[in-house]
Amino acid sequence: MADATEASAVPARGMSRAAIFVAATRGRHGADWTDWASYVYLVFGTLLMFVPVAWLALSSLKTQAGLDQMPPTVLPYEPARAALPGRPGEFPLFRVTKGDHAGQELAEVRRIGLQAQMVDPAAPAAVIRVPVSDREPVMRLHAAWDNYSAVVSRFDFLLYFWNSLFITVVATVITLLFNAMAAFALSKYNFRGRGTVFALILATLMVPPTIILVPNYLIASQLGLVNSLWGVIWPGVATPTGVFLLRQYMLTIPDELLDAARMDNASEWRLFWRIMLPLSAPALAVLAIFSVMWRWNEFLWPLVVLSRSENFTLQLALNSFQGELTTSWNLLLAMTVLTLLPITLIFLVLQRHITQGIASAGVK
Amino acid sequence: MANLTLHDVRKRFDDVHVIHGVDLEVRDGEFVVFVGPSGCGKSTLLRMICGLEATTSGDIHIDGRRVNDLPAAQRGLAMVFQSYALYPHMTVRQNMAFGLENIGTPRNEIDARIGEAARMLRLDQLLTRRPTQLSGGQRQRVAIGRAIVREPKIFLFDEPLSNLDAELRVSMRAELAQLHRRLEATMIYVTHDQVEAMTMADKIVVLQSGRVEQVGPPLELYNSPANRFVAGFIGSPRMNFLPARVVTATQDATLLELEDIGPVTAPPRAGLRSGDQLTLGIRPEHLEIVPGGTGATVQAVEQLGGLSYVRLSPHDIVAQIHGQTRLAPGDAVSLRMAPDLVHLFDAEGIALPAALLIAA
Repeated sequence: MADATEASAVPARGMSRAAIFVAATRGRHGADWTDWASYVYLVFGTLLMFVPVAWLALSSLKTQAGLDQMPPTVLPYEPARAALPGRPGEFPLFRVTKGDHAGQELAEVRRIGLQAQMVDPAAPAAVIRVPVSDREPVMRLHAAWDNYSAVVSRFDFLLYFWNSLFITVVATVITLLFNAMAAFALSKYNFRGRGTVFALILATLMVPPTIILVPNYLIASQLGLVNSLWGVIWPGVATPTGVFLLRQYMLTIPDELLDAARMDNASEWRLFWRIMLPLSAPALAVLAIFSVMWRWNEFLWPLVVLSRSENFTLQLALNSFQGELTTSWNLLLAMTVLTLLPITLIFLVLQRHITQGIASAGVK
Repeated sequence: MANLTLHDVRKRFDDVHVIHGVDLEVRDGEFVVFVGPSGCGKSTLLRMICGLEATTSGDIHIDGRRVNDLPAAQRGLAMVFQSYALYPHMTVRQNMAFGLENIGTPRNEIDARIGEAARMLRLDQLLTRRPTQLSGGQRQRVAIGRAIVREPKIFLFDEPLSNLDAELRVSMRAELAQLHRRLEATMIYVTHDQVEAMTMADKIVVLQSGRVEQVGPPLELYNSPANRFVAGFIGSPRMNFLPARVVTATQDATLLELEDIGPVTAPPRAGLRSGDQLTLGIRPEHLEIVPGGTGATVQAVEQLGGLSYVRLSPHDIVAQIHGQTRLAPGDAVSLRMAPDLVHLFDAEGIALPAALLIAA
């Protein structure tokens, strides 16, 4: 990535900027070894990130049988079936590997012991006997979209989705408001102990959430927040990352603007609402993206707080799928893909803001 | 429209005293300029008047009412900031309307006032633009417009022209002076540029290190500066200061010996005795150069066409000559100065007034 910035000017008039960017090399004549190294590294990284997701997406389109198949296939296959004239229903197709009919694709109409009665779909009148070991099933590409329809219809997917959506949206709005208020006070008011307060807020970054899980739960239960979506929302709205990010941004907003607004008869709240918030929009956008990602993917805290399944978020529902005696892997995978989709869409739409935000805030 | 009185106003940041007891009276409709070098406290004083900075002690009265404890918004003043401080996310119209909306002015009244201010400042075409789409001069006018629509008692300007280029500054200076005449409003203007002070002010307040050095109309400050600081600050190029020793002091004249230059006659001053060490001040435009003779040597000549500056040694003297000159570096010259244009300062830098002696 660093190569692009140090790139020698590529003499390529008419080439699009993206092409120039991609083709840029460190070496002036041809590729330097660092170019090779960075390409290898980048390709490796891309594969590392994308192969599991692609694998997940492809697998979510397999039937349960397709998932159980050994060796596993990359693309979703299912045993091919054919309709036979004169017989009701569909019959599985097999390719014969030995004997007189080797190479032919026949449909199995009946199986008796180790013998299968098979029929050539082209000549359905004649029944052919083939030993079971002398044939293999014919597979064909098939996307099992009904995994998805089953997830939506058979489970309370929409309820879980709504729970996740509600928590994500409401918590993000509250997070933005509260963090912006804290950041405003910390960046624009001079009061005794301001530095200490800010240091304390930052210090909470160093406390792993698992350590305060139990005390948090006790407080939530005292407040009657257990088994309520608000119990997931409230404890997490004050984020040190958000306060830090917004404060650093608000420090760059000139004080003279606030003075001007004060001369303009604006109350302190109006100052915050009409001047500070709109001007902090870039930082707020970054925090909104972070908050959405945190909340959508949040698992541990909802797991602790929410025990009734009608309050489950998508992440909890996914988890409970796996806990049952028989795991419907095809449905689990389909639901996982559905869970990933919203966050992926947000990434696609707000990609530029996210990278900008990460670069400017220096947070994960 | 209002008058403003400051009485023994002081400001302290922790242990640092930045304003040491300022007394000042600004009359209704006056254009007062606070001038001084950077760090002299002029901006702080302005911010204390408008209420953005608390006053440590002393009283500020607007129209006879003590306003020390009133918040900025309720003092009825409007300020034009050095950076203009326009709200970047609002259009020009919204910028001007913001203050009026905050006090609940009816919509049609807001529109009328904005329309009037926009016409006056030639902003009609720009009302839907955002500040980033405006040039420096336009932003400046929007900032002034935002102040005008508020119809404040007093306009405050904090170095409003310092971000403009030289040419624009000259034209904005004229525009501001014209605006003052048209609005007949009380205005207080802070600058470090004595040219702005001289050209616009009815009354100049010269500040240094948090103290008022002198208050008066521009020409009074120019003609009879109260001390060496004011004498050096007002006027461009600045006044020449030459160390001098009193040779004889009589009722009719003072004879001085200028260090490294020679004798010179100055008007009589009270209380001088032979041997006293003084500083003689003479403005570049009052210094006459006579080619030939002794006393000074030409170091450099700057010809500006209409006038010329001649730099002389010793003491790095600058003389301003009307028109052009044939003097060249290295020429030996003698200096002449009209006695009544000479300023004398005592060892503390206080001006020795001529008038007192004549009265005595």
